[in-house]
Amino acid sequence: MATTAEDPAVNAATQPITDPVVSFENVSISFDGKQVLKDLSFTVHPAETRIILGPAGCGKSVLMKLTNGLIKPDSGTIKVFGEDVTAMRERDLFKLRARIGMVFQESALFDSLSVEDNVAYRLHEDGVPEDESHQRVEEVLHFVDLDHAITKFPSELSGGMRRRVSIARAIISKPDLILYDSPTGGLDPITSTTIVELVVKQRDVSHTTSLLITHRLQDAFTLAMNQFNQETGKMERIPNDGIDDSTRFLMLNEGNVVFDGSTLELVRSTDPWIREYLGEREIP
Amino acid sequence: MSFVSPEVFAKQRLTAIQDYSVLSGRAVANLFSRPIYWADIFTQMDSIGVGSLPIVVLTGFFTGCVLALQSATSLTAFGAVSMTGNLVALSMVKELGPVLTGLMVSGRNASGMASELGSMKVTEQIDAMRALGTDPVRKLVTPRLAATVFMLFFLTIMSDAVGIAGGALVSVTLLGLNASSYFHNSYRALVYADVVQGLTKPLFSGFIIATVGCYFGMNTKGGTQGVGKATTQAVVVSSVFIIIVDFLVSRLMIGIFGR
Ligand SMILES: Nc1ncnc2c1ncn2[C@@H]1O[C@H](COP(=O)(O)OP(=O)(O)OP(=O)(O)O)[C@@H](O)[C@H]1O
Ligand SMILES: [Mg+2]
Repeated sequence: MATTAEDPAVNAATQPITDPVVSFENVSISFDGKQVLKDLSFTVHPAETRIILGPAGCGKSVLMKLTNGLIKPDSGTIKVFGEDVTAMRERDLFKLRARIGMVFQESALFDSLSVEDNVAYRLHEDGVPEDESHQRVEEVLHFVDLDHAITKFPSELSGGMRRRVSIARAIISKPDLILYDSPTGGLDPITSTTIVELVVKQRDVSHTTSLLITHRLQDAFTLAMNQFNQETGKMERIPNDGIDDSTRFLMLNEGNVVFDGSTLELVRSTDPWIREYLGEREIP
Repeated sequence: MSFVSPEVFAKQRLTAIQDYSVLSGRAVANLFSRPIYWADIFTQMDSIGVGSLPIVVLTGFFTGCVLALQSATSLTAFGAVSMTGNLVALSMVKELGPVLTGLMVSGRNASGMASELGSMKVTEQIDAMRALGTDPVRKLVTPRLAATVFMLFFLTIMSDAVGIAGGALVSVTLLGLNASSYFHNSYRALVYADVVQGLTKPLFSGFIIATVGCYFGMNTKGGTQGVGKATTQAVVVSSVFIIIVDFLVSRLMIGIFGR
């Protein structure tokens, strides 16, 4: 068979030959007769940070929960680390979820447990000795800059602090995949930037594959255009207006994928709906 | 409230019964495989058992008192006031101790479980638990089930004892009966079958309280209002179930032991 440059097989060969970490194939789900996701397909490759954009109620949180097997689709297959989560039993899913960290939209901290017990939840479940788990909690709380909050209870924290505790809880076990559901939702720009910085840090230090939902385009572009400088311990602009190429976008609308590609492709898109969503904004 | 067709209604009920059975089955099965959350079991035992002690003792005691008072009226008509101890003991041990304890604990703990689990459900804490790799049934339902069944058994014994003591107090102080003959009569009235019957009932009631409370909690929908609704339903359904199952167990026991 003759191959030409247009042949998909050739293009596929130029792609990294790794198995995707997450893949959705023709996934549909509806609630109470209302179709939320329609025939959705996309893949996320290792070390990729996939930013999910879309208007409120288009099914972004549903997509996250599907990825983690918390809900099952009506049809289609979802593979995570090559395993089909749609066909797995709950008890096998528990093992798979040990490799996945999830930050819920409303944080979902256990309100009867202290910050330390919340963050150490997984370690306690795994029977990690108290000394070691305490040390790891301190480390991870330091990472999210909440050293002083260790003995507090979730009800005593502000929204931004809760979000950071939730991130700490998700990353303490060094998962291979992190799902961030609107980590900056409802927060002021300064706190949002702190949280985006954490995500960038996690991306550039640990190279963890992640899915991130956000409503704030600004945060999405901050993620795409910054890198973490390990020497200064701060986030900084990628020199020469560079763009992080592990950061890619997925845009949903009315249950369909309207965009799936890199940052440059997104800002150069001529699709009128996308242009409107982006508010005709260019990279500043 | 929206009205649905009978067919949809029937389907919903059947699904609910199925979900309830699956939840109960899994809660019990989890007792026989690791990990077992002992710490949670003990916490629940403390909150259900020790926490319910005051109300159980109070209701048991005054039920015994009132039983003595009321039965004395009818017994006097037959010239058999001395049988008061007999009657109080039988009623307490076979029927009132188990049922009232069940109802009190249901009011206190089925509601507590439904609201606690319901709040966790609506704030996504249950999903968070699953996302962290813990089975919420194992972590939340099984400890409550084990603790309720275990503690209700002893609470019932407690209730029976203070009920008989309450009856004694009334008989001696108000009815002028002799204390030792009261206790002698009480003791003689009870045979093995009565005690078995009285102590089988709390096992069923405990199961009902925990599974119904947790079922409504785990299936809460729709925010704070949903939590309130789940709580009410849990108490209503578990109380009705306790009384129905009490009847069935009584019938079964009478069938087995002949009394
Ligand atoms: N458990 C559920 N039961 C019924 N409907 C649901 C459920 N979960 C989600 N939905 C519906 O699915 C749709 C998508 O919800 P989802 O939470 O995914 O939105 P979203 O994209 O995350 O929105 P937001 O940006 O506001 O967080 C909504 O219309 C919602 O009503
Ligand atoms: Mg959402």
